[in-house]
Amino acid sequence: MARLLIGNHIAQSGLAFFLPSSVLAHLSIIDIVIITSYFVMVIWIGVYLKGQSNTSLDFFMAGRQMSAWIAGLSFLSANLGSLELMGWAGSAYQYGILAAHWYWIGAIPAMLFMGLVMMPFYYICKTNSVPGYLKLRFGESSRVLSGVCFAFMTILMSGVNMFAMALVMKVVLGWNISFSILMSSLVVALYVGLGGLRSAIFNEVLQFALIWCGALLVPILGLIEAGGWHNLQAKILMNYHTSEYTHLWKGLGHFNTNAMGVQWTGIVFGLGFVISFGYWTTDFLVVQRAMAAKNLRAAQMAPIIAAAFKMAIPFFVILPGLLGLVVLHNNDGTLMHLVGQDATTIANPNSYNEVLPLMMERYLGPGLLGLGITALIAGFMSGMAGNVSAFSTVWTYDIYKPLIKKDGSDSHYVSVGRWATVLGIVVSIGTAYLVMQAAGIMDYVQALFSFFIAPLLGTVLAGMFWKRATKAGGFWGLLVGTVTSVALYAWVRVEPSALRYVAFSPDAKAMAADLYRALWAFSSCALVTVIVSYCTKPKPLSELAGLVYGASELPQQEPVPLLKNQWFWAAIVITVFFIVNIVFY
Amino acid sequence: MAIPGKISIWFFIGVLLAFYGALIFGYGIYELISGVLPPVVLAKLYAPLWWGGMMLVLGLFYSIRFAPGNDSTS
Repeated sequence: MARLLIGNHIAQSGLAFFLPSSVLAHLSIIDIVIITSYFVMVIWIGVYLKGQSNTSLDFFMAGRQMSAWIAGLSFLSANLGSLELMGWAGSAYQYGILAAHWYWIGAIPAMLFMGLVMMPFYYICKTNSVPGYLKLRFGESSRVLSGVCFAFMTILMSGVNMFAMALVMKVVLGWNISFSILMSSLVVALYVGLGGLRSAIFNEVLQFALIWCGALLVPILGLIEAGGWHNLQAKILMNYHTSEYTHLWKGLGHFNTNAMGVQWTGIVFGLGFVISFGYWTTDFLVVQRAMAAKNLRAAQMAPIIAAAFKMAIPFFVILPGLLGLVVLHNNDGTLMHLVGQDATTIANPNSYNEVLPLMMERYLGPGLLGLGITALIAGFMSGMAGNVSAFSTVWTYDIYKPLIKKDGSDSHYVSVGRWATVLGIVVSIGTAYLVMQAAGIMDYVQALFSFFIAPLLGTVLAGMFWKRATKAGGFWGLLVGTVTSVALYAWVRVEPSALRYVAFSPDAKAMAADLYRALWAFSSCALVTVIVSYCTKPKPLSELAGLVYGASELPQQEPVPLLKNQWFWAAIVITVFFIVNIVFY
Repeated sequence: MAIPGKISIWFFIGVLLAFYGALIFGYGIYELISGVLPPVVLAKLYAPLWWGGMMLVLGLFYSIRFAPGNDSTS
């Protein structure tokens, strides 16, 4: 999700981290020791895991031995990059608590649906990837189209993460950009190349622990300084004369009653259904983590565990942004005003996206600051590693194997996977420098995700839940949905006023474009899939076993105590989800 | 993840948290004894002391609980 939307937000503000005002933080010796020991640890993990990644099952699927907790935390962490942390903290400063929608309605229902309903199909068909499922359901053409698009996206996103990390390190610490790029790429290549998915998953769980330890202290101290949540609300109201910063749904009645320029229909259907379900149920980067679980129940529990933690993340992402509205002051005692990157001046030198480092620098002294910076570095490296490991799998299974060498040995494919990791890193470095040369490219790279995710949801849902969907229907639906998304993006890009037609309102703003474009892409994909399917011959029912709901016998799971039952925990999570939405209404 | 004869991820996490906790907690003690506080807001709450201490305890728990050979959750 980070890749889909926050990137757009960052890009829309003109590559937010791009113009360093001044170095925000200065490290002490203890901070440097903390950062260095993180690198030592990840390399140790990579070297240790090398001996456990000799077969393709080990290298690409982590041996399918992960417990529900490991798969769940990894499932969440693959999405919890630093681009997301810093970007959404900036969004919270800019838009208020509305940004939390991307963590709650934009994630929780989809994650639960993934765990309870879709995971059994992914798991029992024993595919190695989402394109692999499309191959089984719709044939080779859909697999190759989806595989090539996904491989292209992941590798570009890895480069964007690399560049974003280098830029943040430059802004926050004054590090040289090339040094950061080379250092991070070498470390990621080493630990993913050696340990494959298992290594990426280990480091994602490590990153999860670091983010909680490194970032959680900021909102705790911030709330103490602000005098608690109610005082924070009162101060925001006093400073900005509006209550929209602290209400989730109140301002969503119309496009012009909130700073985002969106309406509840866009949030509920565009974000809550298409984008969220598209990302959490079809993006192989996250799905791969759940598929690495040791059995079906663990695979189902993984997204549910991830959803429980996902709901808590606004506490250390959104809350610091809100706190920044009242606690950040200039040296002369006046309230600090963070602005969009293209509006930074000598008087207002900092942008929204620097709010998290600014808050860290405000509260964290020696040691704790190093821990916070390490959490950010871990987030970036994890983002790179996640993309590269997913690329390596899709490249090997969905492009190399069907198109280049069908009959290779298992060790040959492991070797291809390792080389694909190195190749992926090299291309990522190229992307990072490309983005450095032309900042606008980042905007296009981010937009690519929205092109593919929404139509892919339509295709996968049709494949899994509609027996009549045919091979041609799946392929043409995916293609038309993608083309629709690209065309709408280009239309608004060339003629900004076209947004009123795409989002159904002259008051819609840029954020609404993403939400409604996704709805259009999904709808066109679904429509074409249905029409073409009715015009073509479906597969016999016997060939759909294990792939389609209603034609598959799901494995009977042994009864377990209530506390280990996935439906029980899903019910708890969805209840808490409704409660937080009501509390912050 | 816990496979017989292999090191659990929780052990790695425990080691790192214990190391970080020890460093930060140690610095917190130095702050308390010397009275030299860093120029950050709420420095008088001695966050390194209690946050570092908490990390140290958590890290030690995981390091011992999931130490190689001591991991009964395999």
